[in-house]
Amino acid sequence: MDLGTFSPVLLIASLMVAATPILLASIGELVAERAGVLNLGVEGMMITGAVCGFILAVEIGNPWVGFLGAALGGALLSLLFALLTQILLSNQVATGLALTLFGLGLSALLGQGYIGVRAPSLPRVDLGPLSDLPYVGRIVFGQDLMVYISLALVAAVWAVLKYTRAGLILRAVGENHAAAHALGYNVVAVRTAAIAFGGACAGLGGGYLSLVRVPQWTEGMTAGAGWIALAIVVFASWRPWRLLLGAYLFGGITGLQLNIQAGGLSLLNILPAILISVGIVTLLVQLFRHLRGGPVARRTMITGQLLVAAGIVLAGLNRLFPDMRIDQAFWLSASPYLVTILVLVVMSAGRAPGSLGKTFHAST
Amino acid sequence: MKLKHLLASATLGLATMAVAQDDPLTVGFVYVGPVGDGGWTYEHNQGRLAVEEHFGDAVETVFVESVPEGPDAVRVMQQMALNGADLIFTTSFGYMDQTIEVASQFPDVMFEHATGYKRTDNVGTYSARFYEGRAVQGHIAGQMTESNIIGYIGSFPIPEVIRGINAAYIHAQEVNPDVEFKIVWVYTWFDPAKEAEAARTLIDQGADVILQHTDSTAPQAAAAEAGNVYTFGQASDMAEFAPMPRISSIIDNWAPYYIDRVQAVIDGTWESDDTWDGIGPGMVGIGEMTDAIPEEIRASATALKDSIAAGEYHPFTGPLNKQDGSVWLEEGETADDGTLLGMNFYVEGITGDIPQ
Repeated sequence: MDLGTFSPVLLIASLMVAATPILLASIGELVAERAGVLNLGVEGMMITGAVCGFILAVEIGNPWVGFLGAALGGALLSLLFALLTQILLSNQVATGLALTLFGLGLSALLGQGYIGVRAPSLPRVDLGPLSDLPYVGRIVFGQDLMVYISLALVAAVWAVLKYTRAGLILRAVGENHAAAHALGYNVVAVRTAAIAFGGACAGLGGGYLSLVRVPQWTEGMTAGAGWIALAIVVFASWRPWRLLLGAYLFGGITGLQLNIQAGGLSLLNILPAILISVGIVTLLVQLFRHLRGGPVARRTMITGQLLVAAGIVLAGLNRLFPDMRIDQAFWLSASPYLVTILVLVVMSAGRAPGSLGKTFHAST
Repeated sequence: MKLKHLLASATLGLATMAVAQDDPLTVGFVYVGPVGDGGWTYEHNQGRLAVEEHFGDAVETVFVESVPEGPDAVRVMQQMALNGADLIFTTSFGYMDQTIEVASQFPDVMFEHATGYKRTDNVGTYSARFYEGRAVQGHIAGQMTESNIIGYIGSFPIPEVIRGINAAYIHAQEVNPDVEFKIVWVYTWFDPAKEAEAARTLIDQGADVILQHTDSTAPQAAAAEAGNVYTFGQASDMAEFAPMPRISSIIDNWAPYYIDRVQAVIDGTWESDDTWDGIGPGMVGIGEMTDAIPEEIRASATALKDSIAAGEYHPFTGPLNKQDGSVWLEEGETADDGTLLGMNFYVEGITGDIPQ
């Protein structure tokens, strides 16, 4: 297969950058939802974070101050949501949607004077010889710090939810707020903290968009990223590591499909290789589990076999009908959404937190 | 944002009903992106502001921004018409069928659809000959590239975009026979993150000139970050990125046309028609060519622009072949508007398929 000017190293490095805003926003939303709060205002909090971060970074001249401002901006907006839903007991879905509209409007207003301005850039870390290692150097040791922070955040959320008392309380509040209340936990306080954390993370994600990924301020620049973050939380079954997989898959395939287009490669020629390798990896993971004495998931085994079979059939078809054409750019553009949903649905396990989206009041 | 404007236009509609005696003309605008996109929608909004300034109290304008192409657009247009809009400009190709649909429900309201080709008694169309600007752009880009790879960010594979690619390629290839176009389709008019990503991908793959047919300034920002990459302002001057990476631009100037059409409605002379103007009448402008372009290239590009403006030269002049090698235009023959409006093929030399 001729890869032309296509560089896998640059692709993987860029997929991490592309995925980071969505990853940050969705890990925050995951915490809020595990506490039983459905905040549909992610898009609004992201864009508010994007504009607050941009303004501060430009005014102070330091990107880190910008990220701090982005987190604060997102958190402040989310506290408005907390006030409305936790204290005034408004409907979470309606309030979340309103928060998105409000955030889009507010950010456009705040950002008026900052269109076309350049922000201070965030340098990539340079660990000298480590960053110069072939292949892995650029990917593992050559990212900007926010990428590492976002990964650390995923690990921290996972560890806190799984191993700490605070995580247990948060999950209890999300699963059954009445029971948690009866045990003496302050449901409203826990949820408010979770909402604020979600807001801060969404704000950071927005700030990463305006300070690193694009980098500039444009009205409406999140263009739906907040909604994708929300969807990934659901498809990842509210689990941090699956969420990381989902976000990187989405970011990666977005980058890959652009590379395939720019490189003039044929999707039909690449697809069999991708299908077969994904299938084999799936089967190997199951085999590894089996060797460790764990249970083998039948459904996953079958999926892996199907993927390999589909890849072989497609490769055969390519041989038989070399003139076969498909509407390549269209399918490529749809691929990040299709593949992410497909993979996470196939892997799906677990269910939504029991009290998700329900209003809590101590008297009920 | 959207809701705010709907509410604003709702109140406005009520207000207009209340003072029905000296009812000012209400003109509505439907935008595909935010007015602050710095490109396409920004320029349409400048046109709207020019209408307000020109007519003063005689005209009220309303607008709704970031309206998705599709069923949502129907709702927005209906709302505008119900609230008393007399003339509605729908400013994206993807509103074509929706405009026709709503126009049939409101026969007394006049509609103007940008860049489309479907007309009825109360739907007129208008567009600009952006391909004339693309020719000048290609002429400059072909000489500025050192890697001989020009990256092109396409939005949707519609005739307008394909025409731009062809016009740019023909004139780049004319001055640089080795030039190669790498084209990516992002299937959106406005998504800064995706546009920046597309620009970065193209730069990673060796492009040192990036042409865009999307609405935001994100590709400019990505190019600025990369360093030695040249870009052109799209739809708007994008002068904040001059002198580098933005070395020139195509500017859409809708204001005279909007004022003209509003006047026609006031005079009662409005008729559905098709307007397609280029550099000559001033609907397409070429932004300042910066010092980053060598003197002699600036001179030849200006000469090319002037000859197009004067009508002496047509950017699609034969001999030209289609991508498959078949003859499209014979020596000296120029393309007719019908073919250009429906253009669905690449010219010879461009690699890759057009998504169908």
